[in-house]
Amino acid sequence: MMTGFVALYIFMIAAIAGYEIISRVPVILHTPLMSGSNFVHGIVLVGAMVVMAEARGPLELTVGFIGVVMATSNVVGGYVSTERMLEMFKSKKENA
Amino acid sequence: MAHTSMSFAVQASYLIATLLLIVGLKRMSSPRTARNGMLMAGVGMLLATVVTFAYLPGIYRLASSAAEQQGAWWHRLILIVIAITVGGIPAWWSGRRVPLTEMPQMVAIYNGLGGGAAAAIAAVELYSGRAYLGSLAFPVIAVIGALVGAIGLGGSIIAFLKLQGLMGSPRIIARNFINGVLAIILLALTIASIFPHSASYAHLSVDSLVGIFLIVSLLFGILITLPIGGADMPVVISTYNACIGLAVGFEGFVLQNPAMIIAGMIVGAAGTLLTVLMAKAMNRSFFNIWLSGFGDVKAAEAAGGVQQVMKSMDPSDAAATMAYSEDVIVVPGYGLAAAQAQHKLWEFVQMLQKKGVRVRFAIHPVAGRMPGHMSVLLAEAGVPYDLIFDLEEINSDFATADVALVIGANDVVNPAARTDKSSPIYGMPILNADQARQVMVIKRGRGAGFSGIENQLFFGDNTQMIFGDAQGVISKMIQALKEL
Repeated sequence: MMTGFVALYIFMIAAIAGYEIISRVPVILHTPLMSGSNFVHGIVLVGAMVVMAEARGPLELTVGFIGVVMATSNVVGGYVSTERMLEMFKSKKENA
Repeated sequence: MAHTSMSFAVQASYLIATLLLIVGLKRMSSPRTARNGMLMAGVGMLLATVVTFAYLPGIYRLASSAAEQQGAWWHRLILIVIAITVGGIPAWWSGRRVPLTEMPQMVAIYNGLGGGAAAAIAAVELYSGRAYLGSLAFPVIAVIGALVGAIGLGGSIIAFLKLQGLMGSPRIIARNFINGVLAIILLALTIASIFPHSASYAHLSVDSLVGIFLIVSLLFGILITLPIGGADMPVVISTYNACIGLAVGFEGFVLQNPAMIIAGMIVGAAGTLLTVLMAKAMNRSFFNIWLSGFGDVKAAEAAGGVQQVMKSMDPSDAAATMAYSEDVIVVPGYGLAAAQAQHKLWEFVQMLQKKGVRVRFAIHPVAGRMPGHMSVLLAEAGVPYDLIFDLEEINSDFATADVALVIGANDVVNPAARTDKSSPIYGMPILNADQARQVMVIKRGRGAGFSGIENQLFFGDNTQMIFGDAQGVISKMIQALKEL
């Protein structure tokens, strides 16, 4: 089990990593990158599935079900939309 | 907690998946590697999802009693597959079909649903009582994550409706009062949800308490987003993206799931910075946008009409934008020559050409300090003559150009010469730089030019100012292209 301080260290280091990752991004990538990071927090699907597997009783199961539905929309929609936005960088790359 | 007993294989897969997500996101922040980065993140996500799915029967057996297991684990698995299908197919379909111009609102809605999922996880953990078992940190973090996730969902729905044009910015009577009261109620509900025994004082079950808490959070997200104008929605969506990343990280802590903690936190931090950068690029203040939900709305209208603002841009952003456009027309003026930047400019233009960009030079007859001055200066720097065009040859092409890059020129691109009869330069033929899709102006300072006439071009909607000495700015743009 992660104790409080280990979790805090992870929170802190992940926050710094996230900040560094974005620090030099050109304006043309703002929207695709927002969409891409939206996809990345779609990892919530993993937790939603676990919670739905653990759910006991109709209330927990219903809320868990809604959770998985919403998380899947996040992942799938996030991927498809980012991919489409990034397609505009494809042809240029081949020219260069 | 049942979650801690993850097998070695699951832990190892999460480690790899998390690495792929982080490196993928990093690669997404540069145009050249963006698509590859997205693919990496996609593989990471798929790995985490598939491994977790394979692990679900084990979780189900651990969590349920012997009597329930009679119902067989695969019933539950089928239900989960149904949930994935119900969520995935509409998202896939809409993501594919929606025109690219409507993408921002789709991102808003997918993003908001992620927040809803985080809130749902918290709700189940609170309902089951698992979140209340360990230290106080668990209910605190679960409840805060749920609060942020639900506010994000409510706000994202409004962002979607506004960008889709289904909703304006309605004026709500006594909005500040309502928001204030709701905030106090929400604070009380948040604290009450952390301490489940408080529910019994109010003759509520924990189930109803948490339910009410989530509904009020959602409502609060809706109310604080309602007054914000449609033009500011990108910043709003990006803010919610960061918040929801944080919410996912928090619920990851509650589930003791390291992949969720790290991916969520990284999005939280990266999203926050991205929000600030976006607000800056749009020449809007992050705080003004969010406070417009509380303060007076007229400030924005006044800025458009009476007091004009120049939008400024970073040299590296300008370089990247040009590198990914088709057709660039450079309008050099005396400022270029004064800064002795023509050699640097030609170096920059050659780099653009290597990237497949069509670049031409438009020379106004009076550019420089004497007629023909500019063509000579450019030829000296090695610019071939077939790239240099004069006013009559090129003026009609500005309308189809992606970018007009104005360097140290002022009066020769001043639209007042066409429209303003009171202007001293009225009637002078000018280069129609203002007709390009985007106008970038490299200029030393904010003052009026050689002739002392204010130039409306610099205040145009499609104009970005790059302040600085031409030599310095172009050096920075070359540097940015090298790193692209």
